[in-house]
Parts: sequence; C-alpha cells; structure tokens
Amino acid sequence: MIRVICLGIEGTAQKLGVGIVDSSGKILANITKYQPLVAGIHPREAAQHHAEHMKDVIKKSLQKSKLTLDDITLVAFSKGPGLGPCLRVAAIAARTIALIKKIPIIGVNHCIAHIEIGRLINRVEDPLTLYVSGGNTQVIAFDEGRYRVFGETLDIAIGNCIDQFARTANLGSPGGPKVEKLALNGKYIPLPYVVKGMDLSFSGIYTAAVDSLKHHKIEDVCFSLQETAFSMLTEVTERALAHTEKDEVMLVGGVGANKRLQEMLRTMSGEHGATFTVPQPEFLGDNGAMIAWLGILMYSSGEKQSIEETNVKQRFRTDEVIVKWRE
Amino acid sequence: MERIGKGAEADIYLEDSTILKERIKKPYRIKELDLNLRKTRTKREARLISLARRAGVPTPFIRDVDNQKMTLEMSYIEGEQIKKIIEKFSEEKRYKIFKDIGILVGKLHSKDIIHGDLTTSNMILKNDKIYFIDFGLGEINNNIEAKGVDLLVFKKTLHATHHKYEKECFKAFLDGYTSEYKDHSEVINRLHIIERRGRYFTERF
Repeated sequence: MIRVICLGIEGTAQKLGVGIVDSSGKILANITKYQPLVAGIHPREAAQHHAEHMKDVIKKSLQKSKLTLDDITLVAFSKGPGLGPCLRVAAIAARTIALIKKIPIIGVNHCIAHIEIGRLINRVEDPLTLYVSGGNTQVIAFDEGRYRVFGETLDIAIGNCIDQFARTANLGSPGGPKVEKLALNGKYIPLPYVVKGMDLSFSGIYTAAVDSLKHHKIEDVCFSLQETAFSMLTEVTERALAHTEKDEVMLVGGVGANKRLQEMLRTMSGEHGATFTVPQPEFLGDNGAMIAWLGILMYSSGEKQSIEETNVKQRFRTDEVIVKWRE
Repeated sequence: MERIGKGAEADIYLEDSTILKERIKKPYRIKELDLNLRKTRTKREARLISLARRAGVPTPFIRDVDNQKMTLEMSYIEGEQIKKIIEKFSEEKRYKIFKDIGILVGKLHSKDIIHGDLTTSNMILKNDKIYFIDFGLGEINNNIEAKGVDLLVFKKTLHATHHKYEKECFKAFLDGYTSEYKDHSEVINRLHIIERRGRYFTERF
C-alpha cells in the first residue's frame, strides 16, 4: 500500500492543533497552541488567534516531522462540532493547502477523532467511550456501522459547567484544575443530581453550586460539585456499559484529565470486569494528530470530498457519520 | 436465591416467582451520596409502581420494601424485554406494540407519573400485555417539561438502539400517546423545544 501522510488541522474551539500522521499510524508531529482563557472563549477572538498562528503551527509541525508541504499527500480538518468562526479558519487553511498542493481534503468529525486516536495510541479495540470536555459530553459506542450516542448532556457540557462555576467563584481560568485542587479538602453538601435515562443535565447543578457559595466554604462546594457531577457521568457510563455489553471503557476529552473522574470510572469498570483507559495528555485533549488520523482512516476506506463539500458543521452529530473503516 | 441479573444499579434475584431487587453500594461514589440515591430510588420505585398500577399500567406487584437493606420484593413477570424481541415482530405487530406503549405512557402522564427511564429494556411483553418496570429514576411531576424529557429519553433509546425502526416505532408511539393523553400536543411541542436546546441538535422543524 502507498504510504499516506496526512496533515490534520484541529480548530473547533480554543485550541489550534496541527498534527502529521502516516497511514501506519505513526505520529510524526502534534503541535498545539492556544491563548490562555481569561473569561471563557470568545468565538471571534479564538478564530482570530487561530488565523494569526496557523502558518506558524503548520510550519512547526512540518519541522518537527522533518517534512515539507510537498510530502503531505492528504489534508484533514475538524468539520465540527464546534464554534463556527474557529471551524471556518481551520477549513480555509485546509482548503488552501489542498488547492495549492492538489491533494485530497477530508473534513472529519471531532468527537470521532477523539475516539479513533485513543484506539490507535492505547490499543483499545471496541471501547465504550465517555467524552467530556468544555463543549461536549457524550457516551459513545460503535454499533452497526456507526458511533452511536447512548447518553449525552441535555443542556451544557460538564467542562462548561465547571469552568463557568470557577469563573463565578473567581477561581480564574482554566477552572477545572483549580476546582480539582480545592476539592481535595472539601466535605459533602447535597447538590441536584440529574440523570434522565442515559442523559444528563448540568445547568441545575451549576446554579445550585453558585448559590451554595453564599453559605458554604469554597472547598466544600468544589468537592460536592465534582462528586455529584462525576457520579452522574459514571452512572450513565455504567448504564451504557450494561446496555452495550462492551468490555473496554475509555475516557477522552479535556475533563478526562481530572484524577477523581478517572478514579471513579476505573472503579466502576473494574466492577464490571471491563478494562479502563485514558490516553496520555497529548492525545486526551483537542489535538491535530487525531484529526489527521481520522482523515487517514476515512481516506483509506474510500471517502472523497470535493472542495464544495468541505463546509463546516457547527452541530455535527457523532452518529451522522457512516463508519466504513470499521467492521 | 438465584441471581438472575446484574443491572447497572441493582442485583436481581429470583425465588418462587418473586423478584428481589437490591440496590447495591457503588464504591465509585462517596457514602453520603450513595446512601441518599439508593434510599430515595428504592422508596420512589415502590411508590411509583403502585401508582402506575392504579393508573392502569401493568407493573409487577410490590410485596415488600426494605429501606435499610435497599431492597424491593415484587412479583416476577415471566416475559421478554421488548429490546430483545423487537427484531422478531412483523411491521404490523411492531406498530401495535409501540402504539400500546404510547397509550401506557399516556396513562402515566395523565396521572403526572414520570417514568424517568423509558427504554425498551424496561418494558416486558407477556401474553400480549406490556409491563413497565424499573421506576427508580421516576417522579411525580405535573410539569410539561418533565413529561417532554420522558418522551425524549424514549425517542433517543429508539435512535441509539433500534435505529432501523426508529421512525415508525416513534410514530406508532405518538399515535398511542395522542389517543390516550389529553395534553399530548403541549408535551410533544415541548419535546421538540427540548431537542432544539440540545448541544448537537441538527434537524429543524
């Protein structure tokens, strides 16, 4: 088989990532750049950031892989879901490369890219995946030709809930690690626990956590917010595990870096005799390598997209994609 | 007693046509939260099952509740989960079953009973009668929002688990629901609003 070398551009939200991967699954480069958050993501400003640094990040990833743009045989980009202005910057960069170098282009689903890079790096076969980040919360498993969503948030993402809480509590940004640290010395106070079937809601717990700040220590609120929200996530993952009868559980997305969440899922998976995996930080959060790798998988399974088909899709659903590269 | 099932949150034992459902400790969550969830759900399930029966929805008979051991004793419904037999139905039969499910949910909602986990694993077919089980995530709530979410959970189960039949089954379900419950249009409208609020919603109405 001819070796495909894919350059993947990730730009769904705050992070700009460029990765270069070849068809054997070798990661040749994976460079990520982002502007530290002050008060959440402003879509236009984040897009501006991506546009300003695009050339530099692409150049760095080429340097890292000791390649030139002429060696690249496929370009992939994050088509969605994500913030419109950011998605468009990544798409324009990808289209430009495709047109100048006359190489094929593929827009990929960001959520599926997280799963596929986890499968590649951690040698996981067929996991039930909990994907948790600033913008996403989904429980996903492969079934009959697609990645099916078994549970998801009905309103805001878990990362959004924690970040927004941290900002309201003046903990600064990013809020996740600060809340995690404060939680180490907290005690439990009841907060709303909202599970609907296999779906979740985090807007109520956010409001209640903010209210609790008036009467409780910040440590206690952080502790309880984590314990409640993560128990909800673990419960839903457990239900999906019982339902799908998979024997691997994988945690991906930025919130997956939280040690307490990892611990809960590891315990739960163990009880069901399932293995538990978290990719290393480089591949856990948003990155370009995952986009490049999914580009390769799709390309190798016969996927072709014309430039006209490379429009972005802010609300790109995980289960829209027909997965031809898996049995 | 023989353990016949291990669900996500409970162990199920069977003896002499009696089911013992024990909500087991979850070591991943802290004691306070664990105790609280198991206690509330056990109590709530016993209460909602009785209320559902009174509303005309077939359910098991509750024989005993133990709030200390977090156990429920109820009659065993010797049938098959809809999830496991859906493939065997003819199109006609599928329509009939899902319309009946819609009627039963209509009966629940008429009495403000929210099931909370309407999936095809929680519906058992026995002698052409559908029994609802597993009310642990349910509540009594007269809000349109709560009823809308109840329908959404069911719709999404069909989408994730029975994608082949999703559209026809949900239509049959709505036919039944509409025929049974007078406030159906308000709830169905709300269902669409909740869907649109969702993070990944793509369809437009």
